Amino acid sequence: MNKDLSRRGFLSQSLTGVSAAWISAHWPAMLSAAVHAQKARSGAPAKLDFFSPEQAAEIGAVTARIIPTTDSPGAHEAGVIFFIDRALVTFAKDDQKTYAQGLPELQAKARELFPSVAKFSGATAEQQDQILQSLDEQSPAAGSRRSRRSTAAQSFFETVRVHTIMGFLIDPDSDKRGNHDGVGWRVIGREPEHMFRPPFGYYDKDYPGWQSNPPDSEKSKS
Amino acid sequence: MTLDQPKYKTTDEVDFVIIGSGAAGGILAKELSGNGFRVVVLEQGPYLTEKDFVHDEIKVLNQDLLTNHPDLQPTTFRKTPQDKAKPQRALVYGRLVGGTSTHFTANFWRFHEIDFIERSKVGPIAGATLSDWPITYGDLEPYYTKVEWEIGVSGLAGASPFDPPRSKPYPMPPLPVKSSGVIFERAARKLGWHPFPAPMAILSEPRPGRSACINCGFCLGFGCEVGAKSSSLATAIRIAEKTGRCEIRPNSYVHRIELDAKGRAAGAVYFDAERNVQRQRAKAVVVCANGAETPRLLLLSANKRFPDGLANSSGYVGKNLMLNSGGVTTAVFDEPLNDYKGFAVSRILHDFYELDADKVGFHGGGGLDARFDMTPIGFALGNLPPGSPRWGKAFKEVLSHNFTRTCEIFGHGTSLPVESNSFSLDADLKDAWGLPALRLTYKDHPDDLKLTAWLNARSAELCDAAGAKKMWAPPVQEQQFAVHLLGTCRMGNDPKTSVINPDHRTHDVKNLFLCDGSSLVTSGRGQPTMTIEALAFRAADRITALAKRGDLPT
Repeated sequence: MNKDLSRRGFLSQSLTGVSAAWISAHWPAMLSAAVHAQKARSGAPAKLDFFSPEQAAEIGAVTARIIPTTDSPGAHEAGVIFFIDRALVTFAKDDQKTYAQGLPELQAKARELFPSVAKFSGATAEQQDQILQSLDEQSPAAGSRRSRRSTAAQSFFETVRVHTIMGFLIDPDSDKRGNHDGVGWRVIGREPEHMFRPPFGYYDKDYPGWQSNPPDSEKSKS
Repeated sequence: MTLDQPKYKTTDEVDFVIIGSGAAGGILAKELSGNGFRVVVLEQGPYLTEKDFVHDEIKVLNQDLLTNHPDLQPTTFRKTPQDKAKPQRALVYGRLVGGTSTHFTANFWRFHEIDFIERSKVGPIAGATLSDWPITYGDLEPYYTKVEWEIGVSGLAGASPFDPPRSKPYPMPPLPVKSSGVIFERAARKLGWHPFPAPMAILSEPRPGRSACINCGFCLGFGCEVGAKSSSLATAIRIAEKTGRCEIRPNSYVHRIELDAKGRAAGAVYFDAERNVQRQRAKAVVVCANGAETPRLLLLSANKRFPDGLANSSGYVGKNLMLNSGGVTTAVFDEPLNDYKGFAVSRILHDFYELDADKVGFHGGGGLDARFDMTPIGFALGNLPPGSPRWGKAFKEVLSHNFTRTCEIFGHGTSLPVESNSFSLDADLKDAWGLPALRLTYKDHPDDLKLTAWLNARSAELCDAAGAKKMWAPPVQEQQFAVHLLGTCRMGNDPKTSVINPDHRTHDVKNLFLCDGSSLVTSGRGQPTMTIEALAFRAADRITALAKRGDLPT
């Protein structure tokens, strides 16, 4: 329904509603953002800045259990590992140590539970889930409204969990290499556009328009 | 856009230096420069514009692109003055040109008549310093109308039977209804309540240089990339700059107001971007730095004449802080609402604005709104039902089912003023510039907590009536994080129990004015920015009149 409403589409079709001044003031920035996003998508395969390929395989396997590939894409298809790799040399530098220390612990835990398993990524999905279960200390509970303001995740598992969710759901147009091709948004049902027109959802699609509240002379006071 | 801006020298004695460029500062800059005065606005944050307003949740929310940064400006919290304050993130505000109006939800409720005369109407309340305003709703009404028309507020006049009188309709129709709004409207009517289209400071129709809302869905916490959100940045500041008499000077962190030998404000001392100390001279100083930073600046400006803080002979600077009470009930429905599209709120109700204390057993009142103000990462980390799986296949299932089917009912209510609730200077902790950090002291008045629980119960009734499949609300708790920053330099006629007079002039310093959330005497029912902006328009008229009749020292 909104497929034609890309942000660039918006610019060209909104000339009637928006002043020319607005267009000229914002066109270059919008254009460059669009080009940048295009480049990021079609560019060469992402290279690793922090992890070795072996480390990336291990952490990538963890992310793929946090948001598994099912009948819909998961962390793997969203390229979460590339998001985390870049995060660790940019905004999440402080977490480098958590990963450096956590990875050997992960592998030790894997060997402890499954002596025949050499690497986490070599375990079966069921084994991997058991390993992660034992690492998951159930630290911060869900439901705290302000938790999104804090990235101060402490344990290794909690850090990877938060980073995986971020990498799965970040705006794919950002420079963070996450949510590749917008697959994360597709999974949660968020359409890829950044502009929408009503009706938005099921309950407003047959809304008849505003009608006054039924007359009742008394202002009800409790 | 800065082509027309003059560059004043710090040694030029401009007419006004305004500290802070947010909801109040932006409007005062527009009005005073429009009235012919030479104005410098000192803003501690950067000058960002639409091209900077990305939808990257990590950059904007987690890294505080638009807000005060806890590493640079750490804070402390304690419940009462007897407690030792602990380092803790205690508040958030917009720290950029445009201030908090740049990233707010944009609910623009007018206060009602009761908010100005509550003390007379209900009498004293134990444990509260409740006081009448020295002005009435009628005094402010023309300025509410001015905000709606000049800044741009969408809404429907007459839709709520509880609305106070107004002299003009809204300048533009309400924003489109969201699914959460339809659910809310139908359920509320079932219960005999009176829902109505939310008044929002977001354009439903384009204005010169600004687009109507494009419903991008990155609204609360984000800057608007098309200028549809009626922030000071998108509105007043641009007009102020066009006068050719107003300079917006970003990255200017004011930490002292200096007095001359006669005890008059001589200008503002600030750190520039390179942390060099600068002094801007001015004939008068207007502080609009918000309800936390305004009292902090006065306390930082203590001197021989005012050892307890500038303009603080009352001892009230920083005190009587009100944060507004409020509770959130989250609900999940059968079909997709897709409430991630669009601004946050499309329907509200004010049936509970004035509760009868004899019936409910506490003082206060509030309103409800239906909203979805979460963005994808924040939602996945914080808004699934309690006890939901946190990773794995089951997590993915509940996340993908709920994201489009969730909304919130938000209860907004009174905070009673309590003298010890305050912003003050921490004795130990310093910010990155070496200045004493803000210390929040706050313990909700017991009535505020009862009100929150009462409103939560109404939200639950509403979700039930709406046929919610699942709903939950966190337990009512004492607040320890500040968003609305109100009452800390309150307005009044008595210099012993207020900091500014009805002209926004400090009782103690003739050419020092304060206007922002700190000026409020009561907290209203949860949406203060509209009133802050109306006060700013009114303050500009008062200050202009004083200056024109020669009542400001020159």
